Amino acid sequence: MTELNGQDEKIIVFQLKDEEFGVPVQQVGSIERMQHITRVPSTPEFVKGVINLRGVVTPIIDLRTRFDLDSKEHDESTRIIIVHYNDMEVGLIVDSANDVIDIPKEAIEPPPEVVGTVEAEYIQGVAKLERRLLILLDLQKVFSSEEVRELKTIEG
Amino acid sequence: MSEIFRAAHTLKGMSATMGYQDLANLTHKIENVLDAVRNHQVDVDTDLLDIVFDSLEDLEAMVTDIASGGDGQRDVEVVVEKLNRIAQGEKPADVQQSNDTVQETAATIAPAETEVKGIQGLDEFELTVLQESNERGFQNVQLSVYLREDCLLKAARVYMVFEVLEQIGEVIKSNPSVDQLEEEDFDNQFHVLLVTQEELSEIESRVMKVSELDKVVVETFSIDEYKTNQQEKLQEQQQEQQKQEEQAQTENDQTKKKEVNTSTQQNESSQEPKQQPQNKTIRVNIERLDVLMNLFEELVIDRGRLEQISSDLNHNELNETVERMSRISGDLQNIILNMRMVQVEQVFNRFPRMVRQLARDLHKKINLKISGADTELDRTVIDEIGDPLVHLIRNALDHGIETPEERIAQGKPEEGTLHLKAYQSGNHVFIEISDDGGGINRDKVLQKAIDNSVITPEQGASLDDQQIYELIMESGFSTADKISDVSGRGVGLDVVKNTIESLGGSISIDSKLYEGSIFSIQLPLTLSIISVMLVEVEDEKYAIPLSSIIETAIIKKEDIMKAHNKKVIDFRGKIVPLVSLKDVFEVPGEQEEETHYSVVIVRKGDKMAGLIVDSFIGQQEVVLKALGNYLSNVFAVSGATILGDGQVALIVDSNALIK
Repeated sequence: MTELNGQDEKIIVFQLKDEEFGVPVQQVGSIERMQHITRVPSTPEFVKGVINLRGVVTPIIDLRTRFDLDSKEHDESTRIIIVHYNDMEVGLIVDSANDVIDIPKEAIEPPPEVVGTVEAEYIQGVAKLERRLLILLDLQKVFSSEEVRELKTIEG
Repeated sequence: MSEIFRAAHTLKGMSATMGYQDLANLTHKIENVLDAVRNHQVDVDTDLLDIVFDSLEDLEAMVTDIASGGDGQRDVEVVVEKLNRIAQGEKPADVQQSNDTVQETAATIAPAETEVKGIQGLDEFELTVLQESNERGFQNVQLSVYLREDCLLKAARVYMVFEVLEQIGEVIKSNPSVDQLEEEDFDNQFHVLLVTQEELSEIESRVMKVSELDKVVVETFSIDEYKTNQQEKLQEQQQEQQKQEEQAQTENDQTKKKEVNTSTQQNESSQEPKQQPQNKTIRVNIERLDVLMNLFEELVIDRGRLEQISSDLNHNELNETVERMSRISGDLQNIILNMRMVQVEQVFNRFPRMVRQLARDLHKKINLKISGADTELDRTVIDEIGDPLVHLIRNALDHGIETPEERIAQGKPEEGTLHLKAYQSGNHVFIEISDDGGGINRDKVLQKAIDNSVITPEQGASLDDQQIYELIMESGFSTADKISDVSGRGVGLDVVKNTIESLGGSISIDSKLYEGSIFSIQLPLTLSIISVMLVEVEDEKYAIPLSSIIETAIIKKEDIMKAHNKKVIDFRGKIVPLVSLKDVFEVPGEQEEETHYSVVIVRKGDKMAGLIVDSFIGQQEVVLKALGNYLSNVFAVSGATILGDGQVALIVDSNALIK
């Protein structure tokens, strides 16, 4: 779990349903527009498939499915956020991504018991910024080893 | 005799194919002479042998040069000329003699070490002095002083000799020059031209008083003789000079190129500086090549798009440009792929020592033969193939080849032969390890396999010999504790098999009891590029590696039979189960009943299966890509590739589909 150190944290902000989420900018490789995704059979439902990311075959996770939110048609604002974690490069499908903000360390609070509809286990913290509420994603949990292991046993 | 001839012939052929012109030229001439001898057109005598030995020396020098990375260039004209004349029927003795002058020029060719006999290069002034001294009753003497091999202070001896000479006359000239002598820049001999009134014998005895001298040759120096000699040589020398200059020029060029090379190599620390200056290779980190390859693939994808756009627009100039670009990028692709190719020699090179050591440990006599070491394979394959080969070779030595006593008892030569052979065939490289040992005992293998419940007795009955031999590579087989009971083979061979299959290759065994075995490994030329058959299932495209496809077929619905509730077909007399890719991959779409099915027949070893697809798109070379760490192990998918339109297609692992 990345402990937030230093004064400010640069966060990429994205939308999912009616909530705002954030990932530290260091973990983000790029933000891509929606493109053709090749389905990979016998993988969990949230794995949408793979894309050709400038010559590198990159797996794509649909965050809505991952968080058990109702799915939504992809549109003009749909984005794929390419994130790096532990040698893995994975794309996350989000409704839109359009902001980079600095969050002061003290604005970040541990996850509350219940936050909207997203399961608390994927959340690293919550940032309160004036009237906005930002949910900081815990990538480790999003691709948690348990999940990946489970995924592998399903495949194998 | 004909054996020598054949050897020369082989050498000629090989050197010519590899571009060592001088070597090829010389061997060609030797061959001619040998041929004449063989056909009794020329008698063998010592003179002829001398010439042949001369040429042999040249040959050796060239081969050593090449072996150490040189280009094997050497001036062989003299010897070639001699050989030529013998082949044309001249007497070797004549050839030897009449060529003496030529030989002397040849001596000057060899740079640095040149020993110029006697005094040369007298100028106008020196000649006049000599002329005058003659007229005044002095005599001109040429001294050749030979120092002893073990002479320690050469310069000091030279100084002492000059000291003596100055007492008895005047030194006109020395060869090498006085400067060179003082710096010890000479071998063990030097020549001095002296004007003196002393007797020759007197000079000799006085000079010989200096210690550490081997001998001193004192002779009268005749100006006339010198002059005629000089003129004769003048012309040849001029030619020679020209040649040397040319040589110096090329050498210069080479050093220049070398400099360029080293400057580009500054980052590549692994280059051996001394070895192989002419080879002009640089080592590149394989990862950089991968990066280059990735970049290039993007280019290929864009090329595809450009082709699409230009054909849509139908603009003439654009079309031409795009076509040209396609061609050039095609060539580029080949070059990039070739950069990853490495000779199997790299792996094979370590075997002679290993075999020698093993043979000694096992008290066996082994003759290792290696052929096809120049066959090229992708770097990644080379890195992986070493261990399986070591395993197989150990196996062949340990269990395959019998002890010398056993071999003699069986009427075989005492020395067993292990043959390591590599060759390329189509898109594959084959590596064979064959031995002339005891072979595999079919029945014992079968029995052991049944005992270890690798197979059932019923299964065993239907297997042919080869299939039985291959049982020794099954994983259950090698767990037996005393395998040497069976055939001596089998320990850990399942690991070998797995490694080779993970490389996309296959291994097969053939054997004859008491005569030996052949382990044949088939490997893909490269791991990064494979030939696939693109197929379509609904809207999805899949790539099936061509290496596992036997053929494609259109099957009528009524030809499909059912066995054990599974769809099967009769394919050339064999019952082949059908697998629907749509079902396996859960492709979304309506399940339609069709009258005809497109089927790709794939195999895994001897087992087959038919994959039902919607349609065939065609054959294509694709770049193999991993699915990434996150999806490292997907059922029946061995990887992915990027198609011309930029989309990703999955590569079907048909091995996983065949149980």
